[in-house]
Amino acid sequence: MVEQALFSLGYFLPEIILVVTLCVIIAADLFTTRRDVPGYLLLTGLVTAAAALVWQGVSNEAIFFNMIAVDPFALFFKILLLVTTGFVVLFSLQSAELKAYKSRSGEYYMLLTGMLLGMFLMVGSTHLLMMFLALELTSISSYVLAGFTKNNLKSSEASVKYIIYGAVSSGIMLYGITLLIGAAGTADIFLINEALQAGAGTPLLLNIAILMILVGFGFKIAVVPFHFWAPDVYEGAPVTITAYLSVASKMAAFVLLIRFFTLSFTDPGAGFGSGTWELLPGINWNLLGGGMAAMAMIVGNLTALRQDNIKRMLAYSSIAHAGYLLMGVVILTGQGLVSVLIYFVIYLFMNLGAFYVVMLFSDKFGVLSIENYKGLGHRAPFEGMAMTLFLVSLTGIPPTGGFVAKLYIFGAAISAGWIWLVVIAGVTTIISLFYYVRVVRNMFLFTPEESADKVIFGMGSKIILLLLIIPVLLLGIYFSPLIEWAATSLNMLGM
Amino acid sequence: MNLQILLSIAEPGLNHFLIVSALLFSLGVMAVLSKRNVIMVLMGVELILNSANINLIAFSRFTALSLEGQMMGLFVVILAAAEAAVALAIVLNIYNRFNTINLDKISTMKG
Repeated sequence: MVEQALFSLGYFLPEIILVVTLCVIIAADLFTTRRDVPGYLLLTGLVTAAAALVWQGVSNEAIFFNMIAVDPFALFFKILLLVTTGFVVLFSLQSAELKAYKSRSGEYYMLLTGMLLGMFLMVGSTHLLMMFLALELTSISSYVLAGFTKNNLKSSEASVKYIIYGAVSSGIMLYGITLLIGAAGTADIFLINEALQAGAGTPLLLNIAILMILVGFGFKIAVVPFHFWAPDVYEGAPVTITAYLSVASKMAAFVLLIRFFTLSFTDPGAGFGSGTWELLPGINWNLLGGGMAAMAMIVGNLTALRQDNIKRMLAYSSIAHAGYLLMGVVILTGQGLVSVLIYFVIYLFMNLGAFYVVMLFSDKFGVLSIENYKGLGHRAPFEGMAMTLFLVSLTGIPPTGGFVAKLYIFGAAISAGWIWLVVIAGVTTIISLFYYVRVVRNMFLFTPEESADKVIFGMGSKIILLLLIIPVLLLGIYFSPLIEWAATSLNMLGM
Repeated sequence: MNLQILLSIAEPGLNHFLIVSALLFSLGVMAVLSKRNVIMVLMGVELILNSANINLIAFSRFTALSLEGQMMGLFVVILAAAEAAVALAIVLNIYNRFNTINLDKISTMKG
């Protein structure tokens, strides 16, 4: 018992560092009135955690009595989560929206750390209780963060909508989890796999349980038909939190979904290429997942067409992207999962970039409506060009990273034989061009009013933008290291 | 026949508990879908969480799950409390902003 705990602690360093960071931020908040101290503390914590991850290296261990897996798959996403959080902290340090809540900045970064800790646990958990707790830790922190700018009506509304949708769907998920635990007689997903292979549970019970669990996952990744919260929450929440929700929390939920379904319901001997969740009789789960992906692409892209608020437009675009990602998952091949990993790396940079420019424009010009973007490209050329690049990449046009991401995911789906899904994905990608290009057109094809001067943004924001632009461009041209990294990271404990 | 039913109720088994929890779950979902008052909706959520708890306890009593189920039940209780605390704080804030906690009236965003 003690040996197991001590052994596990050695593999738990990054998480421990995050917990310490969280405590230090709370303590520092008591002693300093400077707004940015907690932010820099969190940045330090992130760097230390990254160093611990690197020092720990690649391993393949189950720790804390099979509660958490420390494997290359988790490592890949932990690095991505750290990068995302780093960018979001940098954004938050500059955000004018958050400046009004100066005195509470300690709270903000503390909750951000809590959310990150929850996601670190999510990407590694191999036990149903751990999965649920990690999911709730992430969710509860994000409910508060969504309503952080609480004097803003929209932000308050966002948080109440988020918590109601979130609480209900996690409740339904919990009910499904208990049914699955009862049917299998254990909560460890490796043992669930064994129990299912031995024929535990009736098909009806299992199918109901999985459908309910899928509700929780569907909510978290914001995929149709569980997406209703996303546009309102994304529009109302502070831009930094919107960016974080659309990248990090979606990523962590996808990892959990992939790990849970792969380890519980496929024959571990057959490997990733086995093709179906064969331990679940009755419903054709692949087709159901494919249908959800197709609906997400169609609904996301078509609804985004008639949005005027740019945050809302990006919310629908992120629903559509969840659809593309889900397509990579439901085809259930190793190639599909590798392409999901690649997609996430590129999605991280382009989506964060788009939200960052939205934040800069909204802080400087006070505009969130796409109509009011007219002429902004002339007033802020560098930022306008950057936004254009991110939007082009989100559409998936070469030579940007978005093209590579889409190419791989479409290719994987074609070679798995899902032609109808790829056709839908292709058509919706073309549709998405219209609403992304509308923003670019408004920025550059309209001349600003005579009185409007050029606006100079600070050096700091230019550096952050460059840090986001370079990967988006570079990954569109030179991507073989990324693909190798993704392929070696597709190594889950127990597969 | 009637005697058998009576006897089975006198000594409840796994199925009885599962039926009770399923009823509780349905009531919770119904409350969530039909009530417009945020507090009532949150009560519905509590019903859903507690129905899951009944499931856990019943499984731990009647199947091989044993104590693991009860341990999870404890976690769920704590989690429900944490969620309720955050939810009530958010509802309080909503009341200060909108002067109502009717979900239909808290709607400034559309589309």
